[in-house]
Amino acid sequence: MTSAPATNKSSLLTYFQVAPLTLVLALFFVVPVGLVIIVSFLRYQMLVGIVPQFTLKNYADLLSNPTTWILYLSTIKFMLIVLLITFVLGFWISYFLVFHVRNVLTAIGLFLLCTVPFWTSTIIRMISWRPILGREGLINSGLQAAGIIDQPFDWLLFSDFSVVVTYVHLFTLFMIVPIFNSMARIDKSLLEAAIDAGATRWGVVWNVVLPLSKTGIALGALFVVTLVMGDFFVVTVMSGGLSGSATSGIFNDLQFLNYPRAAANAVILLIIVLLIAASIFRLVDVRKELVR
Amino acid sequence: MKKAGKLTTSKGISRRAILKGGAAIVGATAVTGFPTVWAQNIKDITLNHTGMSYSTIADIARQASQDLGFKVEMSVVDHPGLTNRMVNDPKSIDIADMEIWQSKIAIPQGVTQAVEIARIKNWGELTPLYTEGKFNGQEVSRQGDSPFEFMYVDAKDATTFATGVTPWASFCPGVYNADTLGIRPDLTGRAITSWADLISPDFKGKAAIQNIPTIGIMDAIMAFEAAGEIKYGDKGNPTRDELEQTIAKLIALKKAGHFRALWNTFDESVNLMAAGEVVIQSMWSPAVTAVQGQGIKCVYQPLKEGYRGWGNGLGLLRHLDGLKLDAAYEYLNWYNSGWVGGFIAKQGYYSANPTTAKATLTENERGFFYEGKAATADITSPTGEKTNSAGDVRDGGSYEERFSKVGVWNNLMDEAEFLFAKWNEFNAA
Repeated sequence: MTSAPATNKSSLLTYFQVAPLTLVLALFFVVPVGLVIIVSFLRYQMLVGIVPQFTLKNYADLLSNPTTWILYLSTIKFMLIVLLITFVLGFWISYFLVFHVRNVLTAIGLFLLCTVPFWTSTIIRMISWRPILGREGLINSGLQAAGIIDQPFDWLLFSDFSVVVTYVHLFTLFMIVPIFNSMARIDKSLLEAAIDAGATRWGVVWNVVLPLSKTGIALGALFVVTLVMGDFFVVTVMSGGLSGSATSGIFNDLQFLNYPRAAANAVILLIIVLLIAASIFRLVDVRKELVR
Repeated sequence: MKKAGKLTTSKGISRRAILKGGAAIVGATAVTGFPTVWAQNIKDITLNHTGMSYSTIADIARQASQDLGFKVEMSVVDHPGLTNRMVNDPKSIDIADMEIWQSKIAIPQGVTQAVEIARIKNWGELTPLYTEGKFNGQEVSRQGDSPFEFMYVDAKDATTFATGVTPWASFCPGVYNADTLGIRPDLTGRAITSWADLISPDFKGKAAIQNIPTIGIMDAIMAFEAAGEIKYGDKGNPTRDELEQTIAKLIALKKAGHFRALWNTFDESVNLMAAGEVVIQSMWSPAVTAVQGQGIKCVYQPLKEGYRGWGNGLGLLRHLDGLKLDAAYEYLNWYNSGWVGGFIAKQGYYSANPTTAKATLTENERGFFYEGKAATADITSPTGEKTNSAGDVRDGGSYEERFSKVGVWNNLMDEAEFLFAKWNEFNAA
């Protein structure tokens, strides 16, 4: 920029500018996470709670217990399925809004329409699937009335299917918003240039739009991954309690004041989510793309 | 601060004079009839009653505030929520509406202070189910955590339970009931007589069990024992081996698709039943009332192996003192003075003071809820929806019949930690 002393002065100013955020993060993020990590190494005694003694038992218990692995695998399975579906939906909905709707006002209007479901609470949106998918629900009674099936489909509700449907319904918007944002910033002349250079429609999507929206995809994926990995409620309610999630183990431990093991489980979950996030960021340098 | 002078006068005037005196409040131990006219500052008192949804009801707080002249507010939490709040944030609660087994956590942790029995006006009228461990002159089942075993402590600040009757109670008896299975008689296609029917292949894919480990396991144990599949030494305190067998069988049933769902909350059980997703399941009494209120036939089916009993107690948190403690005692006295008993009777529960509860019910209601008689007119829920018509008889017969058949009590077993790990496996399977 300018001379050296001026840079020094402005760097001091920069520290002041980031100080409030740093303070907030330290107070509400670093300290609590630090506490969770400390508690995860303490001993638990039934009916007493935390005993201040260092132990690795919580981690050993969790890692050696096949139930932990089953729960994590089940959660990761849901995460991958939901990631794939929300990506496909999010990408094409954004594509439609950005490149097919000519009128900007219409595009914004349609985009807002996507957010309408968010005007009600997550719980309502989730629960409302029950009367639709249930044994005596809309779909089953409709199919039965039409004479297509004799017996109601049981797999519609309280199954992996109903969990995935709900996740997709709840989380697709988190994919649409960042992808829409990335796509909106693509210079339209790039597309024209590609077509002038003889690219097919599909070629334009594959070689121009997809690479240029990868920041949005990465951010969207990050949202969906963290939401699904951290979910306890949707999977419990929509599977009718028949499927567990990584967090349901934490919940069960809390019922008995077993904070140390719950904390250990939370740390494991945190590490796994951080690893996934790190690999997403390895694929896409979000920071570089954002300042593009 | 210790004004030793024990107030025995029942005249409001002298009380008030003393209360105006200020510091004397701490020493004032006399409780007279209520609503007692208190000093002006009683109006500023707010008592927080925290408990589970089935007993922590806003209508009760509204009525109490109206009758007592100070404010009572309700905070609804789930079982683990209450345990966690009591241990980690006891000052946020004044009265803990805990299940008997939760007192096994509260008392050793020193969360509560004992209730001075002399200050509970109608203690003598309270059901011997709690106060003596007897019902209708007979010993009540001691399998599981029966109320009497945890009723008394030796001193105000005691952290262990007393073995016999003492002048100090761990809590003031609250609501209680005897639970069984709920069924849809129109859909089961046959008579249901035993807990074993919960796991009967006849109801494959149409049964549900509650996903609350401490209670769900009891329903499972009742079922497996009734079916002759597992023998238990003490159903109320199973061994590791017994738990292991029970969970293994539950997992096998789950894998075979026997359970349509595992429910976590009261409303889930109502919806499962009302929507016809299940025809037989673990259920709580008000849930049955709620299904009936929708005009759907639902029966809280008495079973030959008996009921799974449970009870609540109102615990005084340790931080209560002075005027606030006096107000808390007023509230405890009010709680068993009739109105609450009448209110909760209509959702199928019983008051620790059946005498005053019955007095607030109409003759028709009294006959239906307590005496096992056929209703002579429509019966309504506490909120006014019709639940039964004239001629209906309540499932399970009279109050006496019901409680003489409690087979096991809700409990916190010695192997609870093991149970939780195992229940997690059942969830994950």
